[in-house]
Amino acid sequence: MEEILTVIVDGIFYSAWLFVAAIGLTLIYGVMKIVNLTHGSFYALGAYAAASLTGAWIARGYPPMLSYAVLLGSAVIVTLVFAPLIERGVLRFMYTKDEVVILLITYALFLILEDVIKLIWGVDPYFIAEPYGLLGSFEIGGLTHPTYNLILVGIAIVAGVGLTLLLRGTRFGKLLRTVIHDPEVSRAMGINVDRFYLVTFTFGSMLAAVGGAFTAPTVSVVPGIGVEIVVLSFAVIVIGGMGSLPGAALGAVIVGLVRSAAIHYAPAVELFVIYFVMALVLAFRPRGLFSLAEPRKI
Amino acid sequence: MKSDRTLIILGVILLALVVAGPLLPQWAMFLATIAIAKGLVALGLLLQLRAGLVSFGQALYYCIGAYSAGSLGRFFGIGDMLLQMLTGCIMAALVAYILGFLLARYRGIFYGLLSLALSMILYGLLVKSEALGSTDGINILPSTVFGIRPEQAWVRYAVLVAGCAVAFIATLLVDRYLKTPLGQLAPAIKDNEIRVEYMGASVRDAIHVKYVIAAALSGIGGALAATTVGHIDPDMAYWTTSGEFIFITILAGTNSVVAPFLGAAIFGIIHTVAFDISPNTWQMTLGIALLLVIVFLPDGLWSLFTRRKAA
Amino acid sequence: MAVVLDARDLSKRFGAVTAAMNVSAAIEQDSVVGLIGTNGAGKTTFINMITGYIKPDTGSIHYRGRDITALSPREVTRIGICRSFQIPQLYSSLSVFENMMVGLGVVLRNAGLGGFFSRGQPNVPGHDAPAEDVAERILQRFGLSDYRNKNAQVLPGGVRKLLDIALTMVAKPAILLLDEPTSGVSAEEKFGMMEMVMAAVKAEGATVLFVEHDMEVVSRFAERVLAFYDGRIIADAAPEIALSDPEVKRYVVGGELRRMDEREGAANA
Repeated sequence: MEEILTVIVDGIFYSAWLFVAAIGLTLIYGVMKIVNLTHGSFYALGAYAAASLTGAWIARGYPPMLSYAVLLGSAVIVTLVFAPLIERGVLRFMYTKDEVVILLITYALFLILEDVIKLIWGVDPYFIAEPYGLLGSFEIGGLTHPTYNLILVGIAIVAGVGLTLLLRGTRFGKLLRTVIHDPEVSRAMGINVDRFYLVTFTFGSMLAAVGGAFTAPTVSVVPGIGVEIVVLSFAVIVIGGMGSLPGAALGAVIVGLVRSAAIHYAPAVELFVIYFVMALVLAFRPRGLFSLAEPRKI
Repeated sequence: MKSDRTLIILGVILLALVVAGPLLPQWAMFLATIAIAKGLVALGLLLQLRAGLVSFGQALYYCIGAYSAGSLGRFFGIGDMLLQMLTGCIMAALVAYILGFLLARYRGIFYGLLSLALSMILYGLLVKSEALGSTDGINILPSTVFGIRPEQAWVRYAVLVAGCAVAFIATLLVDRYLKTPLGQLAPAIKDNEIRVEYMGASVRDAIHVKYVIAAALSGIGGALAATTVGHIDPDMAYWTTSGEFIFITILAGTNSVVAPFLGAAIFGIIHTVAFDISPNTWQMTLGIALLLVIVFLPDGLWSLFTRRKAA
Repeated sequence: MAVVLDARDLSKRFGAVTAAMNVSAAIEQDSVVGLIGTNGAGKTTFINMITGYIKPDTGSIHYRGRDITALSPREVTRIGICRSFQIPQLYSSLSVFENMMVGLGVVLRNAGLGGFFSRGQPNVPGHDAPAEDVAERILQRFGLSDYRNKNAQVLPGGVRKLLDIALTMVAKPAILLLDEPTSGVSAEEKFGMMEMVMAAVKAEGATVLFVEHDMEVVSRFAERVLAFYDGRIIADAAPEIALSDPEVKRYVVGGELRRMDEREGAANA
């Protein structure tokens, strides 16, 4: 019983992390119909920015409890610097190209950003453990968990609920849904589709950066941390359905729980079981678990 | 015909390599052999790309080829180069034959993502596999050719010659395939699958065949690379490895069966030079090169040559 | 004449829409049948069912006595039933000649010729000439020789239609289903085009079914008319009879023929 509880708790923490990491990717795909590999770069940028800014914050003796705000702030700042640059500078001219070509373009950008990060922050690892240890720990079922992990769960909930409310409740959300449905018609109706794309890309990337920023205190930040997250996020959103918000949540939960179970019961399959589930979903329901029926072609 | 001329060019280049080989420094032979190995994988990508399919997980078969070669040595004590390449080819083709039933049902992004997932599955399996060395990988036995072990100084050269021979034969066969009705179906499939079906051909079967051929080529490439490097590890199945192959194919373009080798050679040069100059910016160099090619030369570098000929 | 294609009691529903209801028709060898009806009446569905693109909910289709209901479009093509499309289905990145060669290649391959191990230029079964010659011949018959090297993408509308139909001839079909062969072609050119198509098709000895909205073209070229409405066949007779059927006039032909009648009435009065 205790073990199952641990599996579930671990699974939830992992799911929360995955959700925050993947939600931006599915948002960008849903709105702009592009598979965005720079996602991993923004995750890394968030982690690095958080590491250096928060590290500086704490080193200067500012209140450590505010370091969480700094984590968030650094993610926001670094995204605002890079995302519009990428979208306006490169992607904007490529929307008419084939979706696979656009993916390759984001891959090229990813490669470039990997080295930009190295140029800015060097190759040595960064550690900022303070925010992680500051909140202490709590017990469930006889095992202790760092309270810090609850922050990520909190962020996941806020992000998920917030985005859903945004899409359904606000005028912005309604306009965004028209753009999702048909960018051409939206343009013809006078909606500034380009601005929506810019906002979506920035916001989606920001979510990835936030994921990276809040992961930074739990790991050593090194070059290449953005690499694995790309494929993992893909697995999550493919399982749930690309472009679907509830799908991303479902995908995150499934992957999180499956991985947690694997770690506890069958460690040998831990790495591949996620991609196995992804392959299964692709094989049987390529549109994901949350998908609408497809219209016929002829 | 155009392709006959380019095949002759390839033949000449490979022959030149073989002839000049003994005079070349070891690192040059190394680079050339790796370029041939990766070129073979890219040739497989070309086959699929012509039908409109992008495989994001071709490293799967590259890795299967490599590990087949490694396993021959580790478990059977066989270090023969040609056997290694043959085994790599057959193992890859077998796996592809089975997986092809699944993969041939998909197109576009889903084909890409599914192939990616499959390659990552292999990665995950290998990392956790103690028998296959997990993250450390395995070292390959020193090479022999038909049971004869060349002297240490000549091993590299022997591998190069074997690589050149295999590459040339493989390219000839692929070129021949592309002239058959099934081979010619690729652009038709890309343009209009419905019409292809209504002409009486099975799109799924055609894609299945191309998938298997591509895998076989990648298996040979993987075995060759393994033999050249002398070491294999799970990274050979990682998605970034697949990315390299895609990069090479895009760089080269799909207009000629010779182009992938050109692309692999250029990739090798960029990688080596850029890495030497500044190890922290070689990825950036690749990324910029990829962007430039996509935007300004969508048909790849090879289109530079064909344009000149048309002029 | 022998019945070569027999559709029995075909029915098909897409949710709440009835695309076909008890559609039956026995087509005789070498006949020319016109399919008329308003948009959505079920003509294309009929063709889609015969060629296996859609499976009927009930009913069966027999070709030369063999039940072909479950066959796929690929198999249906291979046994000798070919179709053209309302919107021409071409290979847009290939030239006109290459389009034809792809088709001929498939025919060769299905006959086991021209593969990896073959040598030389085998004759295409049914045409008894190498593929390149057959391609030129068919292109010539359809007046497409001038467009031989042009990319399919840049062809004008009527030419695209002709190429679409020419591609169907590649497999030497015994039965040809033409879906609106003259749509998109100007009124003056319709007759000329239909003459050319019919001459080319009949030279190969095929049974033809064609969907057409222009009743004059129907009267001129069809020996028999099947009128569709709301998924059913409401008339099945020679053109003169079918086109003056009151139901057909009401649901299919509409005002035009009525006006002709009125004109005739006025002339006779």
